[in-house]
Amino acid sequence: MGTASDITRAREEVAAWHPGQIWQPPTKRQRWFDVAFRKLCVAFAALTVVLIVVLVVEIGIQAIPAFREFGFGFLTGRVWDPNAHTYGILPEIWGTLYTSLLALFFGTLFGVAAAIFLAEGYLGEAVFKLLKSFNLHFHPFWGKLPQRCEALLKTLIELLAAVPSVVYGLWGLFVVIPMIRPLCNWLHSQFGWFPLFSTDLSGPGILPAVLVLAIMVLPTITAISRDALVSVPPKLRMAAYGLGATRWETILGVLLPTASRGIFGGIVLAFGRALGETMALAMLVGNANHLTVSLFSPANTLAALLANNFPEADSKQIPVLMYAALVLLAITLVVNMFGAVVLERAAGKAEAK
Amino acid sequence: MNANHRALVILSLVSLVFLNACSGNKANTVKLQGAGASFPAPLYQKWFKTYSAAHPSVQVDYQSVGSGSGVKSFLDKTVDFAASDAAMKPEDMAKVDGGVQLLPMTAGAIVLAYNLPEVDKLRLSRAAYSGIFLGKITKWNDPLIAKANPGVTLPDKPVNVVVRADGSGTTFVFTKHLSAINPEFEKTVGVNTLPNWPAGTRSKGNEGVTASIMTTPGSIGYVEYGYARSQNLHMATLENKSGNFVDASTDSAKAALASATLPSDFIIWVSDPDAAQAYPIVTYTWMILYKKYLDKNKLDAIKGLVNYGATDGQKESEALGYVPLPESVASQVQAAVNAM
Repeated sequence: MGTASDITRAREEVAAWHPGQIWQPPTKRQRWFDVAFRKLCVAFAALTVVLIVVLVVEIGIQAIPAFREFGFGFLTGRVWDPNAHTYGILPEIWGTLYTSLLALFFGTLFGVAAAIFLAEGYLGEAVFKLLKSFNLHFHPFWGKLPQRCEALLKTLIELLAAVPSVVYGLWGLFVVIPMIRPLCNWLHSQFGWFPLFSTDLSGPGILPAVLVLAIMVLPTITAISRDALVSVPPKLRMAAYGLGATRWETILGVLLPTASRGIFGGIVLAFGRALGETMALAMLVGNANHLTVSLFSPANTLAALLANNFPEADSKQIPVLMYAALVLLAITLVVNMFGAVVLERAAGKAEAK
Repeated sequence: MNANHRALVILSLVSLVFLNACSGNKANTVKLQGAGASFPAPLYQKWFKTYSAAHPSVQVDYQSVGSGSGVKSFLDKTVDFAASDAAMKPEDMAKVDGGVQLLPMTAGAIVLAYNLPEVDKLRLSRAAYSGIFLGKITKWNDPLIAKANPGVTLPDKPVNVVVRADGSGTTFVFTKHLSAINPEFEKTVGVNTLPNWPAGTRSKGNEGVTASIMTTPGSIGYVEYGYARSQNLHMATLENKSGNFVDASTDSAKAALASATLPSDFIIWVSDPDAAQAYPIVTYTWMILYKKYLDKNKLDAIKGLVNYGATDGQKESEALGYVPLPESVASQVQAAVNAM
């Protein structure tokens, strides 16, 4: 093999070939660039944290007058009357949580079902069978159809997230409400004694808001759940089949529990979106200060309250609104932290198994 | 070295010329910033566009952010003028050193639009419509409504009241009118841009209220006249102060405005007009100016703008659903702005 002098010669050769490129230590400029880039990254990362802190502090400072005046009674008060200078946001807190949780329930139900449908390739199978009946399933063009249909469906569901919320709001006003009104009023007339149906639906109300909100959070849940289901190792599925499990048992007993962490992450993200959603809810929820469990009654949410009140708020009302904004911020924070904790626990358990 | 030098010289020359061109532009062009009421925004936008087309040196930027926000920006001096449906509070006016000039620029009417397919013409007495918005009248066949509508079969349906969910000058004017005609309303609800309504569902914006009315049979709500007209909503005929039932129209609204004489500060509420043929719910909407502008070019531009609005601009208002200013008011506005 080569001696030391060979190596030296090789070095010289390479150095002559590409002078100063391979064997040199990093130049001053390169080092400087490295350090600068690293510092820039740290600065940008820190900036996001600083931004949040500044935001909270700014809102907090502006909310101080309202906090002094109303204290914690603000959180339990039920009246919002600028003329009497009485403010309470209990109905809004309740409305925010109630609509978000209900929307999350529907969204999860349909979103996870859609994710399973996508991850299992049911659509592709059906298209494949259809092609087979025409004996086209290995055709150079038609043979690709199953994958293409799958990709199209996935894109379509993800496109739901791209629809602006004001469009959802208008759709809710002009399509959803007239569509569900007969059913809702029938439910009210037949089962009015049941708390969920205790009022009739005249126009905007909780149920239309929840349905539209469920559709809005659906793409988040579906996309993340599908990714989680797809990334379950195939050997688990094969093992389940090998033990004699049916496909149904495999999905419910093996795939879903294994992917549950990812699915739960999607749900937490969707919950965050539902809590903060403003425009569609401001248009659909009815914005009335009612503390109610009835699905058909108008209610209000914190985000809608803020959006509706800010443009015409006078100097006396702004601290009150800032206080309400701070409460909304706190709720979102608690939900996200709760989500993170549960995620971590789920992860711990999965590893322990 | 030499080539570099030459390039530098050329570069600096070019930039000098460029800078000159920029600063030259600045001296000629006046940029006005305005913000405020959304109700007159379509008309203002049209005026400013037409005016800028005729006077290229004046650029006007108007943001329809709501009366309250407009006044706020005006107090913070981030705009050159504001616009408001609710005029300006005396305590806010006192905050501006140098003084404030309010000018009524156009006017509008507020109508009660309803959705009752079986009733083509609905007459509402003062007691009836104030009762509806107080939540006292809950059925369409209530005797108070039926009394004013002989020969009309009113359905035995609940009245679904639709009010504005967002703070708005329209609501301010409407509650001011209701408070003027009904002492109980004044005591329990009061005048506000977003009061604590005792009845009804709340929808966002004129468009939201309109949508709720159109999609919900048995509903009634208040919207601006121009908006209701363009959407072909059914509008109720309202009883005025002298006991006549009057349809909303440009003429009846003009009659209402003409019945009131303007004070010297131009702030007047036509909450309950006296004239026999006056439509009861009308209002002026104001432009808010500083009494002193440091930049003389700005002052001239504003003067030109207001003069245009008070003369030729008034001809465009009717087509957009606004009520033109009575001529005496328009000339008073011109006199006031020219004296600045």
